[in-house]
Amino acid sequence: MLQGYLGKKVGMTQVFREDGNVVPVTVVQAGPCSVTQIKTKEKDGYEAVQVGFDTLKKPNKPMSGHFKASQPSRHVREFKAADLSQLQVGQRIGVGIFTPGELVDVIARTKGRGFSGGMKRHGFHGGPRTHGQSDRARAPGSIGANTFPGRIMKGLRMAGHYGDEQVTVKNLEVVRVDPERNLLLLKGAVPGAPNGLLTIRRTGKSARVAG
Amino acid sequence: MDAQQLLKLDSNPKIPSFIPGDTVKVNVRIREGDRERIQAFQGVVIRCRHGNDSGATFTVRRMSGGIGIERIFPFHSPMVDSVEVIRQGAVRRAKLYYLRELRGRAARIKERSTFFQRGAPQAEEPAQPPAQD
Repeated sequence: MLQGYLGKKVGMTQVFREDGNVVPVTVVQAGPCSVTQIKTKEKDGYEAVQVGFDTLKKPNKPMSGHFKASQPSRHVREFKAADLSQLQVGQRIGVGIFTPGELVDVIARTKGRGFSGGMKRHGFHGGPRTHGQSDRARAPGSIGANTFPGRIMKGLRMAGHYGDEQVTVKNLEVVRVDPERNLLLLKGAVPGAPNGLLTIRRTGKSARVAG
Repeated sequence: MDAQQLLKLDSNPKIPSFIPGDTVKVNVRIREGDRERIQAFQGVVIRCRHGNDSGATFTVRRMSGGIGIERIFPFHSPMVDSVEVIRQGAVRRAKLYYLRELRGRAARIKERSTFFQRGAPQAEEPAQPPAQD
């Protein structure tokens, strides 16, 4: 089956397990995804399946050509598939492919934080706030020595652009699957703001049976 | 769309609506090794928190041998098997912390008039906001 899937972050909440334990979960509006293209060894040099998610309301001409046999999609991603023969263009795939207890990776863009200082960006502690200090509460401190080396070391952590980068969160447990409403409940947090696109990658692993 | 709304918590049908001031009997599942049994905890509801959230709880207070015991139960926990409303109390606030200072006769709560609910089945009583009796 598919090795990956697409979804949209809805937000976080918590649910109870049967043993009464609370699990923090992210609700994901996942799919339904449609197969938009199948890449084959003969034609493309490698094997993959292209999957689309979220309706593209006004596809332009080249796009409507691409999506002729499938649902015009806003987001398109390519995944490996274990068995291409079971897939065909236009086929719709629901969240039913996931089973509770399996582990997935989630790839998404984090919230952009703009130009951020060292404290937010790298977890610096800042300076002392009391004992006669002024203008040092969020300063990074010393960034180098004196005449030797006479320059700032490359790669030194400083203020700069933070966030809006691709991040992968590994091994999130699928807590619940709701094929009727296309919902996926993943244990823990995922990057990005609500409505952000999530790429969900199957790992083939499953969670240890929680006590 | 909010995650909470989307999930639409499948609330326990065996928990009737009650408000602070009511005396309830909470049947709690207790696991002892492989065996599971049900233990009851009866007392006055002194607060309900977090509305209809999945994390909503209620606190039940009872006196045991002159010592007050308060237990906090999550509304949506599977460990809470069922709740029975024993008595409906008439109180004028949502959080009955003042009961902690009171002992014996002073800690009694007047019974709420059930004039409007007479003849109606218990379960159909209006939910949430504390009645202004």
